[in-house]
Amino acid sequence: MSPTLAERPGRTARERGPAPAAPARRRRRTPNGPYRLTATSGLGLGVALLWFSALALVPLLAVLVETSAGGWPAFVAAVTQPQTAAALTLTVTQALAVTAVNVVMGTLVAWVLVRDRFPGKRLLEVLIDIPFALPTIVAGLVLLALYGPSGPLGIDVANTRAAVFLAFCFVTLPFVVRSVQPVLAELDRDVEEAAASLGATRFTTFRRVVLPALAPAITAGAALSFARAISEYGALVLLSGNLPMRTEVGSVRILSYLENGQPEQAAAVASVLLLVSLLVIATIQLLQRKVARRG
Amino acid sequence: MSIEIRNVRKTFGDFVALDDVSVSVPTGRLTALLGPSGGGKSTLLRVVAGLEVPDSGAIEIEGRDATNLPARRRNVGFVFQHYAAFKHLSVARNVAFGLEIRRTPKAEIAERVDELLRLVHLESFAHRLPSQLSGGQRQRMALARALAIRPSVLLLDEPFGALDAKVRKELRDWLRRLHDEIPVTTVFVTHDQEEALEVADEIVVVNEGRIEQVGTPDDLYDRPANDFVMGFLGPVTRLGGVLVRPHDVHVEVLASVPASDDASSRPGGPVTGVVTRTTRVGFEVRAEVSAGDEVVSVVVTRAEARTLGLAAGVAVRLAPAQGAPTAPAAEPVAAAAPA
Repeated sequence: MSPTLAERPGRTARERGPAPAAPARRRRRTPNGPYRLTATSGLGLGVALLWFSALALVPLLAVLVETSAGGWPAFVAAVTQPQTAAALTLTVTQALAVTAVNVVMGTLVAWVLVRDRFPGKRLLEVLIDIPFALPTIVAGLVLLALYGPSGPLGIDVANTRAAVFLAFCFVTLPFVVRSVQPVLAELDRDVEEAAASLGATRFTTFRRVVLPALAPAITAGAALSFARAISEYGALVLLSGNLPMRTEVGSVRILSYLENGQPEQAAAVASVLLLVSLLVIATIQLLQRKVARRG
Repeated sequence: MSIEIRNVRKTFGDFVALDDVSVSVPTGRLTALLGPSGGGKSTLLRVVAGLEVPDSGAIEIEGRDATNLPARRRNVGFVFQHYAAFKHLSVARNVAFGLEIRRTPKAEIAERVDELLRLVHLESFAHRLPSQLSGGQRQRMALARALAIRPSVLLLDEPFGALDAKVRKELRDWLRRLHDEIPVTTVFVTHDQEEALEVADEIVVVNEGRIEQVGTPDDLYDRPANDFVMGFLGPVTRLGGVLVRPHDVHVEVLASVPASDDASSRPGGPVTGVVTRTTRVGFEVRAEVSAGDEVVSVVVTRAEARTLGLAAGVAVRLAPAQGAPTAPAAEPVAAAAPA
């Protein structure tokens, strides 16, 4: 701490006065260099890191440590076990499909909420957040009542993969909407008018001007929605029936491993979900950057 | 006439932005729409561009009825006050946008973009993003982008409004030179009378949704149609019930303060009064003269002030100078002159 304090750039520069010494200039050019922290910002960083570690980093590491306890062969065996593999595949493919749907529908809903005026808009604003606020098991109950065997709509998706898809859709609905909405609201209408005066149709304007501006927000929403989907449990557990090889998902698999006293296997599945999640988020970010650069 | 605006009316709720406006904009000239904020000048420009649909009336651009044409088919270049840059595109791609939309061949686009960037002195910034440019540079980029499509008219909405005073001055001189180089019919909106007087070939004064006067800068300055135009184009003061420019007041020093004077009976006729205050600003001297119920501002050069011996307490007789433009004053004194 003390060396960083002594090296505080502002102070040194001022103490030395206007002497155009090379080191002083170099220091001034990187006023908040990577390892230069003031006492307060150092404290802030410390607290933030501690909090983050206690809540996220340590548990995540614990999962990985638990997984590695059995060694590589045990991990491979656990993950390639047919029932587990089927559950993981189902989880990831459904989560990807739901994310794709959310990208389109979420952007559309955000557009309607920001750009259009209609009666009941305020109500819709509130309703969008319900899937987020509702305890997921309540969501599961609602879905079962609506789309289950005795649902009033005559649509019965219980014990099918459609149930998984539906449950994922329900819980991830707000993510893209909520990330796109503020960005869209802040978007300059001038820019769209400029495109129009340059000869662009509304569709071209959307594709070439609006969409690139929304891309980061859509990406962020998509990543959140994917991460949420692959970890979902409560909303689908009632409706999907958890049929092995057919409608069982990763999170359910983890629970059954634990219940059978196989914590290593449970940790292995958890690690896979964790890694897939990280991988997909990283891929989405990379893609978005590439698109941004190309656009 | 390049742009013909006929009986255009536009309201926003209860607010009448344009009230039966008819005006013609001459081809190849630089025309200013001048007026106070909220007077309807930007709305008029946006109606011409097709960004705003008039409630009634007609717009003709280059002899073609454009009233019902969407903005994208009017072939109008539009420059916005806040640049409206496509933030994710490089400067060159911004300029190329309109040409890409028109499916112009790549080689041709590259050539035209180069030419335009040279014109606006941004050739070395082609690959920068708009966020890496200064305000003045961004506005020049926006201008190049608007010119790229070879518009039949170029419309600029307070183009220098967001820039600081120095850049604004530079850019308007540059716009004037640019227009002399490429004489595309140009209309720009401004609330700065100095900008309009300095840059424009013709000025349209717009106020409260109506056209007050159309004319050359000299016309408007020397022969204002009414007290509003006179007051908006330069400083005015009230003298014997008429408006006159403070530097157009003839001052005569009297030996003594007249007891009570009935000279102000004739409108615009000489009035007598006492100098209450003098302020020296650079080469000119501003004096306030209390004459009856009026306070007349007078501006004279320092040399004149010295010759006259103008100082607080001196009795003077004031009259509009010979041939000076005057306008009947509305009650009370017309809006404080923008100076």
